[in-house]
Amino acid sequence: MTPRVVLLNHVQASSTSVEHVTHGQEGLMNGSQEMATVTQPRLETTASRLRELVAHLRHQRAHLREEWARLITEAKLLTAMTKEEIFAEATSVYDNYVEALETGTYEALQAYARNLSERIIPRGVETHEVVGIVLLLRDVLARSLFATYHEDFNKLNRILDAYEPAANRIAGTVAVGFVQERERIIREQQEAIRELSTPVLQVRERLLILPIIGVIDPQRARQLTEQLLRGIRTNRAKVVVLDITGVPYIDSPVANHLVQTVEAARLLGAIVIVTGLSPEIAQTLVNIGVDLGKMNTVGDLQGGIEEAERLLGYKVVPMQEPVLHSA
Amino acid sequence: MQVPILKQGAYLIATVQSALTDEDLKQLRDTLVMQVSKVRARGVIVDVTALDVIDSFATRTLRDVAYMIRLRGAETVIVGIQPEVAFSMVKLGLTLEGVTTSLDLEEGLAYLDRKAKAHEEVRAHR
Repeated sequence: MTPRVVLLNHVQASSTSVEHVTHGQEGLMNGSQEMATVTQPRLETTASRLRELVAHLRHQRAHLREEWARLITEAKLLTAMTKEEIFAEATSVYDNYVEALETGTYEALQAYARNLSERIIPRGVETHEVVGIVLLLRDVLARSLFATYHEDFNKLNRILDAYEPAANRIAGTVAVGFVQERERIIREQQEAIRELSTPVLQVRERLLILPIIGVIDPQRARQLTEQLLRGIRTNRAKVVVLDITGVPYIDSPVANHLVQTVEAARLLGAIVIVTGLSPEIAQTLVNIGVDLGKMNTVGDLQGGIEEAERLLGYKVVPMQEPVLHSA
Repeated sequence: MQVPILKQGAYLIATVQSALTDEDLKQLRDTLVMQVSKVRARGVIVDVTALDVIDSFATRTLRDVAYMIRLRGAETVIVGIQPEVAFSMVKLGLTLEGVTTSLDLEEGLAYLDRKAKAHEEVRAHR
């Protein structure tokens, strides 16, 4: 009994989740809800119709699959893939599709959609192509149903009643799976960019440098603070050179944040030296009324590192015989 | 919650082990200020590694401790402020003005040693 209940749930769910709901299908939804509560026999007929449908699709497999692959090429979808690849994918999508229709469960299809997306996204396949091919398959199968049952209009209607909600739901599942995979990749890349954007580098024992390049927005400022304070902790740093040569300008909230970061670093027992302030940034800092007694600034990165070395008690002395002779 | 105060050489070390009430803080302040001349300590370290919140009262009390101990002839270092705590303190404008802070106990001790050495040198020159 369980599979039928599962199927019924899907039919109901699709009335809310799938966007292609027509009037005819809404009628079916209402009907199927009645079935759940009142008439058991009609439920069985929906199931048997789907069985019949699946049998038909299995029987016509070779023909329909070819027809579908042809339409895909014709519509100029999946241009990044070769004909053979399209045919191979079409075959497995088709089989997964029929299986989802048969079992009424979408987990396998979902997993397949994710796996497919993983493979084809790097090759530049677009969302509209994936949605396009699934909708094409839906149409190809619907056409074949028309062709088979065109003599018995009532039967055709009943079969479509069973087919359409399931097919729409499948299309939704595959499209959503593709988009989710894309979003996952985008999230991962954003994460990677964010991490790369604030490197914390140790130049000497207890001396860190943080070169910052590009505009600092509030989110990046927060992350910068976190990285800097964590870096002080993990590297046991005493001096940090924060080089903002590559930052064209900052607004006052970010400037304030920067000053606060410098003070927080002091509470951890470290000194922050800010280097490479552009005239615009200097202006912003003066406008917010920064306390220069709290902020160490040096003109450029070299000067900053030299100052840091002095604070740490290093003394860099040139060797008598330089290793590198000028030509 | 009483804060244990240990004597280590010429230094007193107070390690805060859990969140403190205002009463506890006052008691810590009074005990430290009293003890520092009793044992003739040259430096005091207050370790706040265990605190995940340091509010305005705690900040003021810690600053008072540092100032009072300086008046009694010794140095104070606050050690072990967590990065997140440090930033939220600064956001609230609590910057422990004029108080020495260090990363951890080891750094705090090293700082006091350096201070003591400098002091000795100055004295030797006289």
